[in-house]
Amino acid sequence: MDFDDTREEAAFRTEARQWLAAHAEPKRGAFETWQSRYPGREGWDGLERAKAFQSKKAEAGFAALHWPAEWGGRALPPIYQVIYSQEESKFLVPRGYFEIGLGMCMPTLFAYGTESQKQRYAPAALRGDEVWCQLFSEPGAGSDLAGLRTRAQRDGDDWVINGQKIWTSGAHWADRAILVARSDPKAAKHKGLTFFFLDMKSAGIETRRIKQISGASHFNEVYFTDVRIPDGQRLGTVGAGWGVAITTLMNERLTSGDLRGPDFEEIFGLARATTLEDGPAIANAAVRERLADLYVKTQGVRLTRFRTMTALSRGETPGPENSIGKLVNAPKAQEIASFAMDLLDMGGVVMDKDVAPLRAAFQESLLTSPGGRIAAGTDEILRNIIAERVLGLPQDVRVDRDLPFDQLPTSR
Amino acid sequence: MNFDFSADQKALRDQARKFLSEHASSTRVRRILEGAAPYDAELWRGMGEMGWMGTAIPEPHGGAGFGHLELCVIAEELGRSLAPTPFASTIYLAAEALMLAGSDAQKKRWLPRIAQGEAIGCLALAEGPQVATPANLSTRAESSRLTGAKVPVADGDVADFAIVLATEGAGRASLFLVDLKGPGVTRAVVATVDPTRSHARIALDRAPGEPLGTAGQGWPLTERLLDRAAVLVAFEQLGGAQAALEMAREYALGRFAFGRQIASFQAIKHKLADMYVGVELARSNAYYGAWALTKDAPELPVAAAAARVAASEAYYQAAKENIQIHGGMGFTWEFDCHLHYRRAKLTGLMLGSARRWKDLLVSRLEAGAA
Repeated sequence: MDFDDTREEAAFRTEARQWLAAHAEPKRGAFETWQSRYPGREGWDGLERAKAFQSKKAEAGFAALHWPAEWGGRALPPIYQVIYSQEESKFLVPRGYFEIGLGMCMPTLFAYGTESQKQRYAPAALRGDEVWCQLFSEPGAGSDLAGLRTRAQRDGDDWVINGQKIWTSGAHWADRAILVARSDPKAAKHKGLTFFFLDMKSAGIETRRIKQISGASHFNEVYFTDVRIPDGQRLGTVGAGWGVAITTLMNERLTSGDLRGPDFEEIFGLARATTLEDGPAIANAAVRERLADLYVKTQGVRLTRFRTMTALSRGETPGPENSIGKLVNAPKAQEIASFAMDLLDMGGVVMDKDVAPLRAAFQESLLTSPGGRIAAGTDEILRNIIAERVLGLPQDVRVDRDLPFDQLPTSR
Repeated sequence: MNFDFSADQKALRDQARKFLSEHASSTRVRRILEGAAPYDAELWRGMGEMGWMGTAIPEPHGGAGFGHLELCVIAEELGRSLAPTPFASTIYLAAEALMLAGSDAQKKRWLPRIAQGEAIGCLALAEGPQVATPANLSTRAESSRLTGAKVPVADGDVADFAIVLATEGAGRASLFLVDLKGPGVTRAVVATVDPTRSHARIALDRAPGEPLGTAGQGWPLTERLLDRAAVLVAFEQLGGAQAALEMAREYALGRFAFGRQIASFQAIKHKLADMYVGVELARSNAYYGAWALTKDAPELPVAAAAARVAASEAYYQAAKENIQIHGGMGFTWEFDCHLHYRRAKLTGLMLGSARRWKDLLVSRLEAGAA
């Protein structure tokens, strides 16, 4: 039992660390971002900057380590992606632009696309020349994704798309997208879906930003009015879109990164720096008990990741056990934010960055952390996944599985 | 990255599980629960034949000289099976105390007998229904003669010797090794919530004690000893928690209500998922404790406290919800749910409560961050 890299892993880690040191600025704290380092420098973390960094990253061979060499990858086992991510997380690098394209869309294209399609799209995605987004969720189809209603109707050599997607990260800057739509409403729910990719500049697409409770806008609504997609851009056979979507989502599990925002270190530091009515917060028994609980969870998730890495390092596939990380971390982030504000008492409400500790990171986290418990599998869906895939418990009784989709009851 | 047990250690686990499934079945555990015998002597002999007592005892002292990782593997299986033996007292506490602080003569006298399964030891620390700290101790030592009452002492009724913490004047505590068959020792069995582990009240009246370790260092030594034991007990708790989770899962799959398996209801599925998360977080913390214990790493005090807190809470949660998932049957003597419920609470208190360890954990984090 040890925490050491193998010789090859250590050499790779050194290579990654050296490259990052030469091309990025080290973080001063675990949750530091471009915005917190350089407040007010508009566009500093913008798309153009991200594309420039991505192109250097691709050139150095770090952009898609597990891809085949012919598409610019290094065909390395997943452990190397974990090692690179660990090193990269110590640096201020643009994040949130290419993960979906490289981690989810391209693997789907590799599995279902033609050679010429891979040739055309993979290198451009890798260099960051083209950004991709994923058009899956709908207002009536979130956790129950297969309940989606966006229509795909065949018209000659094209498909015509009408409907609405939502929660689409980066749709406002994306060049291309993958899409799952309903091609046969008379078929059962999971059987009437077909999968496509398309140009986000196609006529009939309208993208609207969604303002989140934090005031930021990471997501979009995307409306389709008679959008035409050539049949050549279909991935998988007609009616087999659910299976293709599962391929995409299986890759999501490997891409989901660490949660950002204040963690144990930050709440521990705050408790040491804050004075309560009876002395330092760190000396208060109730505070100490909660700190201990948070530490045990934080260490538990971190060490569970080491167990996953061990499996990866041995060439084994990490199982859905992995989903405990987000199930623990997302509510923990919310708890840390709220607990920190409680320590600050009446002053905890202040969000002025010049007044609030850590430039209001806890207050911001209060408003962003609820999203962590919903995105990429709600707490409840993750519990179902653990119950069904890890513990082998039966699926929920489904009343909609075999009925024609157009006869299912719908939300008010 | 190799944060896992080795193939050899996993083979040892499989062997231990097989042995205990035969020799520490629930029927056997119930014999101790319901009978007068303090522990399963036949099982204890069998464990001795397997060489388990000598696992972490060095070869020159008659042990097998494996490391503590092997002992962790065995501990997890003992916890899973609820084996009613004085293993924890003898191995995690008494033998560890001897290895930590014993003189050559003390090690020579006791370790080979422990390794052979011929001697039972225990730790006599607590003095009644209160936290055990030097300030709360009234057992006194004068010229190596001990006077006072220790209760509860796990396996104190069957042990050959005890490691006893006693004060020698203001704020000065020392450890002593007391021959429990010697003069001045009176022992009586006390009832506890878990009759599958025997406990005693030990009254000392000018009982002779050999100093163990440096005089006056009794409390720091006890804390180091408890850290080491905390990791080993965490593995017992982990094994118990895993067993309780598996029992609950099996029952939920077999029990039908409202026309379907209760395991298909989200109220039950999510409860089981939460039990699983608790067990996995405890497992990861316990593994880290095992690593720190084996390497005698500077991280041990923090790692041991985190392992103890996580395992105590995961086992109690799993044991309590196992009863809940069993419904009324879980509340009966006949079903085994209560065996884990009892053991969870017992192991959660035997080295001090999670409340106390959380406080220790934060103190240690503060010391590390200072």
